[in-house]
Parts: sequence; structure tokens; C-alpha cells
Amino acid sequence: MMNYVSVPRGLLLSGAFLTAFTLNAAAQQATDPPVAAPPPSTAPAAGAPPPAGTAASPTLPPGSPLIGRPAGNDAAAKLAPIAPPPIPAAPDKLPIAKLKVPAGFNIEVYAAGMANARSLALGDKGTVFVGSRLVDKVYAIVNKDGKREVKVLVSGLYRPNGVAFKDGTLYIAELSKISKIEKVEDNLDNPPKPTVIFDKLPKDEAHGWKFIAIGPDNKLYAPVGQPGNNVLNDDEHGLIRRMNLDGSGAEVIVRGVRHTVGFDWHPETKQLYFTDNGRDWMSEDVPEDELNRITKVGEHFGAPFCLQGNIVDPEFGWGKSCSEYTAPVGLLGPHSAALGMRFYTGNMFPKAYKNVAIIARHGSWNRTKKIGGDVVIAKLNKDGTMKSMEPFLTGFLEDNKYIGRPVDVLQMKDGSLLVSDDYNGAVYRITYGKPKMAGK
Amino acid sequence: MRKTMTMLAFALIAATANAEPIEQRIAPCLACHGENGQSQTENTPSLGGQQAPYTLIQLFMFREKLRTFEPMNEMAKPLTDDDLRLFSDFIAKMPKPAPPGENVDPARMQRGQALVQQHRCDTCHNPDLSGKENVPRIANQREDYLAKTLTEYKDNSRHGYDASMADVMAPIAADQIADLAHYIAHVR
Repeated sequence: MMNYVSVPRGLLLSGAFLTAFTLNAAAQQATDPPVAAPPPSTAPAAGAPPPAGTAASPTLPPGSPLIGRPAGNDAAAKLAPIAPPPIPAAPDKLPIAKLKVPAGFNIEVYAAGMANARSLALGDKGTVFVGSRLVDKVYAIVNKDGKREVKVLVSGLYRPNGVAFKDGTLYIAELSKISKIEKVEDNLDNPPKPTVIFDKLPKDEAHGWKFIAIGPDNKLYAPVGQPGNNVLNDDEHGLIRRMNLDGSGAEVIVRGVRHTVGFDWHPETKQLYFTDNGRDWMSEDVPEDELNRITKVGEHFGAPFCLQGNIVDPEFGWGKSCSEYTAPVGLLGPHSAALGMRFYTGNMFPKAYKNVAIIARHGSWNRTKKIGGDVVIAKLNKDGTMKSMEPFLTGFLEDNKYIGRPVDVLQMKDGSLLVSDDYNGAVYRITYGKPKMAGK
Repeated sequence: MRKTMTMLAFALIAATANAEPIEQRIAPCLACHGENGQSQTENTPSLGGQQAPYTLIQLFMFREKLRTFEPMNEMAKPLTDDDLRLFSDFIAKMPKPAPPGENVDPARMQRGQALVQQHRCDTCHNPDLSGKENVPRIANQREDYLAKTLTEYKDNSRHGYDASMADVMAPIAADQIADLAHYIAHVR
């Protein structure tokens, strides 16, 4: 992608080696650009910082996470998105001993060494596919003769957060395109290049990474986030789209979605439930992240006009009412970054877990006292709304610092549950019953 | 020639791998990046006082070819995870670069300072632009390198680790980049 510079600069640098070796430091000649022409008047009034606290602040780009940050507030000035370490934690450095699950459950390391491990998908033959966001890789955790092995399945991808699997084919969602690898489990050592099936997607970095999944209707569902913290969207943003598995027949099914990074279909009603991340910088405690349910095509879930179903946005909500939008079926905590969610349909966990939504909360950055960094269980009422939310996997948050951050959950065929952690580049497995069984 | 020199650098690193103390292993790096933390080489950044988490990310990205610059990709290729940490930690302890005293243009300094405030560079890079954690020290970095880097962030030819700089640079014009670089390079 940057090949155009490498030759001349390579030469330059090699030259620099020579000069350095010959103790000639003359390379330092002033490289001051010629005195710049007076700037065009695009620069707003020099000197004073812009008035902050408004989402419409013209001096910050739409994608900046700093939009809306109140000025002159020391507590707010300390908050910024948290970058994970680039190198995956060594297996013996994983925080496994600090992680807590309810009585009767066990947790173990399933696989490690996958930098920035994010979304999960399960192949027919037991291969677990793992996407990433900050690196260029999709990994495969392969089970071979009772031994697990991590392979880099594909490199050179751009923010390949989303993975989904159906009938032998792996689907990968990068920032602005979706591609597939057929018969992937037969070619894990030497997979063919992914074939693009859909690329009519915007390239915004902010909330541009994607979760994907394939529904009971055999269509691929792919969202596009809102391109910034709190911004008005055009028709290409803030939505969920579905398409045939070859990329044809794409249609937008819902709007008003700020950024969903996890969804699944209810095992009985087959309705699509999705998590959605609420906006930042409004306050420490609101809005909360949402659990939503699609009941019909064409629904609008409120962003950026109505937040958490009952707050009209201070900037964009004027003239709007929350009654115009579909309200969430549950709230998942302020700034908690609810990401991956799946319904539990397995037989391993106790009966009380049947059909509950298991939700990975990545954990807040836009809050002084951090919240989330856990996996929670959301139980539903008969009408499909959320009845309760309770902790399931905790311990990632220590002294208001993360020692790990869960991203996605995935039920295995035996009913055990995988949890990915992009902070440590690992996947854990949660089982129920005597630990001996877990090793099987 | 380029290849030869790259290979020479590579050979130096490889030959000194592990057995040698860090001071010797890092010598080939400093041939370009400068002794005492201050680069004398065109378009090549000063390393002194750089935030270790930032350097670690950059070395990782060079090794994984997520950041593309062939000599650095070659240099980083044989490094282990522990090597990356070792180099990052050592670099952080090198003396920070000093501001160049000559050729300071007061008008450009003023415009650059206004831009820093306007675009809130100081929020993440700290009020003194010394950086924190994965956000780099930029104070007194080489002006040519700053201008080049900001331009590459703006056109997204240099992908940051988390893309925030692409967003930040979107509304900043080319001539403003020159002023920004001038100010940041000379800030005291």
C-alpha cells in the first residue's frame, strides 16, 4: 500500500547508513520547506480553542472520538479510547487465574497467541475462525488429533473484524468489503484468496469495522456504523443490511443503529437481537448501550436522535420524539461497549441458561469509573424484552484497569462457550460440570 | 545499493542477535536515527524519550508489515516479541531531542500553535507534546518527518494502529501541516 515511497526512501536511508558509517553527519541539512504561502482563510480564528461540548463542533472531524468532550474538565480530559497491547500475551501470562465464573462453571485457555482476537465463527469440522481489527489477520484454531493449533489463515486484510461460517464457506468482513473462502476447512494450510462478494460499503474508519452473521433465512447480515460519536448519517450509515450469500439482493432492513458489533437470532421466535453502543460524552451515566430486537423490516432504532429509547439527543433530538423510534428491549450499561452476543442453546449449561442471551461487554473508556469488561447473561421475558442482566464472566477489570477485554462469545457443539479477548489475543472456554469433562 | 545496505543493516542486527547487550544491538538503528536520541538524517525520526508503548506498537507493525517501509520491515523481521519490548524500553530512556534554535519563523510558530489548540493535539499528546502510553512524543521531532507523517496520515497511506490520526487529519489542509510541523519541531 505504500510501495510508492519505499524505493526512493530506501535509497535515502541506505545513503544515510553510509554517511553514518563514515562519520559524516552532513545529512542534516535544513529541510525547511520554503516559506509557506499565506494559508487560505479556511483556518478558523487562530488562538482560541473552539467551544467544545457540542457535537456540531466544526473543527473536529466527524470520526474523532473527542467530539463532544466538555472543555476545561480535567476528569473528561483523562478519558480516551484504550489501545490494546500489540503483542498477544504469552499463554502463561494470561489472566486466567483472576477470571471468575459462577459456581459449577470452569474456565480455561482455549487458544492464545492471536494478536487482537475479535469475532468468532465455528466451522462444521470444529475449526474456530477468529477475526481481528488492529492487525490484518484472520486466524483458525484447528483441532487436530486432540491437539489445538493456531494458524494464520489469511493476512493482508484491512480491519477484518467480522467472520461467519455456513455450509463449508467462511465469510470475512473487512472495513469496506465482504468476501468468502469456499471449502475453507479442507484448505486450512493453503487457503485460496478470499473472493469479494460485496464491496458497496463506505470506508469510514470510525465505527467502520464490522460484525457479520448468517441468519436462519440463509442471508448474510452486515451493519454499517455511524461514522463518528454523534453525527447525522446519510443513507449509507447507521444501518443493518442483509444479502444473499453471493452478495446479491442486498437490502437495508433497519436504520438508526449507531454501531452494532454483535447479533444473533432468538432460537424460538427467530427474531434478530442486536447490541448497540450508545454515544459518548453526554454524561458518565447515560445513555446506556442497548439490546435491540427487530420485529419488522424498516424499523428505525433512534440513533442519533433518540438514545436508549427515552432520551432525545441534546444536539439532534430537537423536534424529535422517542415515540418515533423503536425502543430497545433492554439496557446494558453506560459506555459498557456491549459487543458480541449469542443465544445459548446448548445442553451443557444448567436449564436456567436455555435461550438466554450471552453478551460480551468490552468495557468502557468514556467513563471515569470503568464499567463492563465482562460477559453477562440477559434473560428475557415472555414478550421478548429483557428481564434481567447478571454477571457471568468477570475479573477483567482490576483497580479500574483492564487486564483483558472480552469481544465475542461462541457456543461450541458440546455446549461449552468460547470467549475472545482482544487485549490479550486469546480465546477462553467456559464449561459446566466437573473440570475433568472439560478436557475431553 | 539500497538492497545491499539494507542487507548490511539486517546482517548487523542478525549477527548481534541476543548475545550482545542492547547498547550494541541498537547501534545499527542509531546509525540512522541518531546517537543520543536525536536524528540527523532526513525524514528519519528522532527516537529519544519516545513512549515505550508507542515504539512497541510501531516495531510490531513494521515486523508484521502493517506499517510499510522496507528498511524498517527488514530490520524488524528477525526480532522476537521480547526484542521488541527490549528496544522500546531502551529507546524510551534515551535523551529526548532538543529543539533546533535556528530558522524559527514566529508567524508560522503562532499559526502552528493555534492549530495545535484548535485540533486538540495536546489532549492525547499531552500539553507539552511529550505523549503518553501509545500516543507518541512529538515535541521537537524532526520537522521534515512530522510533515511527511502528518501528510501520510491525512491521505491514509500510513494506517495508524487505530486510525484516529486519519480522522484527526481529515480537515487539516496541506499548508497547515507545514505550520503544524514547524511549530511542533521547534516547541519549547
